[in-house]
Amino acid sequence: MSLNGEDVSKCIQCGKCSAGCPISPEMDLQPNQVLRLIQINDTETVLKCSTMWICASCQTCSVRCPEEIDIAKIMDSLRKLALEAKIPVGEEKVVKFDEIFLDSIRKRGRVHELELVMRYNLALLQPFKDAHLGPVMLARRKLRILGHKIKEVGKIKEIFQKSKRLYKP
Amino acid sequence: MTESSHDENIELMTYAEVVDVKGFVGNFDVTIRKKPRYVDMSKCTGCSLCTEKCPTKVPSEWNLDMGLRKSIYKPFGQAVPNVPVIDKEHCLFFTKGRCKICQKLCPAGAVDYEQKEELVTKKFGAIIVATGFTQFDPSVYGEYGAGKFKDVITGLHLERMLDTSGPTGGHVVRPSDQREPKNIVFVQCVGSRDESKGRPYCSRICCMYTAKQAILLKDHYPETQSYIFYIDIRAAGKNYEEFVKRAQREYGAIYIRGRVSKIYEKGDKLIVRGADTLSGKQVEVEADLVVLATAVVPQPDAIELAKILNIPYDQYGFYSEAHPKLQPVESVTKGIFLTGSCQFPKDIPDSVATTGAASVRTCEILSKDELILDPKVAFVNSDVCSGCLNCVEVCPFNAIESTVVDGKTVAQVIPTLCHGCGNCASTCRTSAANVQGFMDDQIYAQVASVFEILKEENLLELSE
Repeated sequence: MSLNGEDVSKCIQCGKCSAGCPISPEMDLQPNQVLRLIQINDTETVLKCSTMWICASCQTCSVRCPEEIDIAKIMDSLRKLALEAKIPVGEEKVVKFDEIFLDSIRKRGRVHELELVMRYNLALLQPFKDAHLGPVMLARRKLRILGHKIKEVGKIKEIFQKSKRLYKP
Repeated sequence: MTESSHDENIELMTYAEVVDVKGFVGNFDVTIRKKPRYVDMSKCTGCSLCTEKCPTKVPSEWNLDMGLRKSIYKPFGQAVPNVPVIDKEHCLFFTKGRCKICQKLCPAGAVDYEQKEELVTKKFGAIIVATGFTQFDPSVYGEYGAGKFKDVITGLHLERMLDTSGPTGGHVVRPSDQREPKNIVFVQCVGSRDESKGRPYCSRICCMYTAKQAILLKDHYPETQSYIFYIDIRAAGKNYEEFVKRAQREYGAIYIRGRVSKIYEKGDKLIVRGADTLSGKQVEVEADLVVLATAVVPQPDAIELAKILNIPYDQYGFYSEAHPKLQPVESVTKGIFLTGSCQFPKDIPDSVATTGAASVRTCEILSKDELILDPKVAFVNSDVCSGCLNCVEVCPFNAIESTVVDGKTVAQVIPTLCHGCGNCASTCRTSAANVQGFMDDQIYAQVASVFEILKEENLLELSE
């Protein structure tokens, strides 16, 4: 059986991926456990876990897998499938952050850090969580008050539209 | 080994290699190169005075470079014959024209620097190949640090250390600082069961020898603790499973189910990061010594030898048996037999069993004056043969040779080597080569009769 072209049935559960994953201690299900659940068709449990959201796509798992399964790619596919399923995801915060981050890029062609921090903390209902960092960063010119738009921001919007069209679930 | 060197029916030719094999089953002409050891075997008494006094020291291959040997040496104590050999690459006489201490001191006058290599050709009825295996080089796993970190060794290194006649006199120590290790981590399946390194097979012997090493370590050094990272335990032999259980229950070996992802240094220790898939947790063990159970692979010259012997081999270099179930000790080439790990990794009981089987098979050949062969072999009609010799190229068994008949070069099949595959028959442009029982007109007749039957039963549909 395959997920986005990766043959999941090749996995013999050796555990090297989970062993090498730098953030697996933070995950509720280990990478090898996620692959096992896909093998036994327990999609319900898989789509609700936090694993693919904590995944940093560092590719250590993919590089070291003896069966040459691209596990990072599977995590990517699971992120898409989880969003499509419209279920409560394993790490809401990560999804929220990604949405705001991408929105900022779509509108300006680059991230506006101040907007990102403010919108993210508001969404988390902790509006003043990082407020103390503001003055220091402004003083060191690390933060712009107003966002900067790139010259051909229309092209960025095109990329977003095109990817929506090309992506086939 | 010693017994076989004294048996009157056995001629032991050591320090020699097979360089050419011609002929066929029952009539092999084997050319053997006897390399010069520069010591006269008929005079040497094995007193070892030469080795004692030799001034040069070289890393010992037998001890995996963990100890030293001399330029005139025996690889190990119980080597047969009890005669040393001179290593030309390092001997002071051969490299610089100096020294000659061994010759001066030898009480039997056995050292002979003038010795030349000898090529002998002898006739043999059958050949048994028992060239064994070697270890996979684990340094391709950058994440394990083999070859980089001194204290990451292989199972064979540990064997040499455990041997009382080995480089450390039987003391297991960390190669980096010679201190005794407290925590030892064994990593199974290094190179085995790994598609990404081109060796998906299981090397069969490692689960058992690792359990053995864990038992020996605990026995010799009660303060040590062994951790073994495994994927599956292969203990399918008589009393094997019980042996592994003993290692766990009586010798305290801790088995962790999960592959190791990374080994790195922290101070003078090694951190082994693996997984425990049974509990779903990442595991880190602080080790003093790491032992990798490396894959069993064919000898580096296995393929070269296969070409000389004219026997097929598989994608890993292991020699191919004629049938995986029914003919496990016979190679595809008649008269050549396989035993031991050159065919596929084996442990000692299996090696002994296959050697017995191969030996009996040779008796079947040697005890007869005539061999009965399958008549469905190829033959070449020399009247029709154009001498293009294309069939010689395509024969997978090298069973066709070129010969001269009535002044004309033609192809000729050696019936004893032929397997009747028909490659030559399908390649031959003039239909000179055919397989007996499968001649062209016989096949046409078969096809014609099938069409007759189909027509009679109205099953034939011809398109217009």
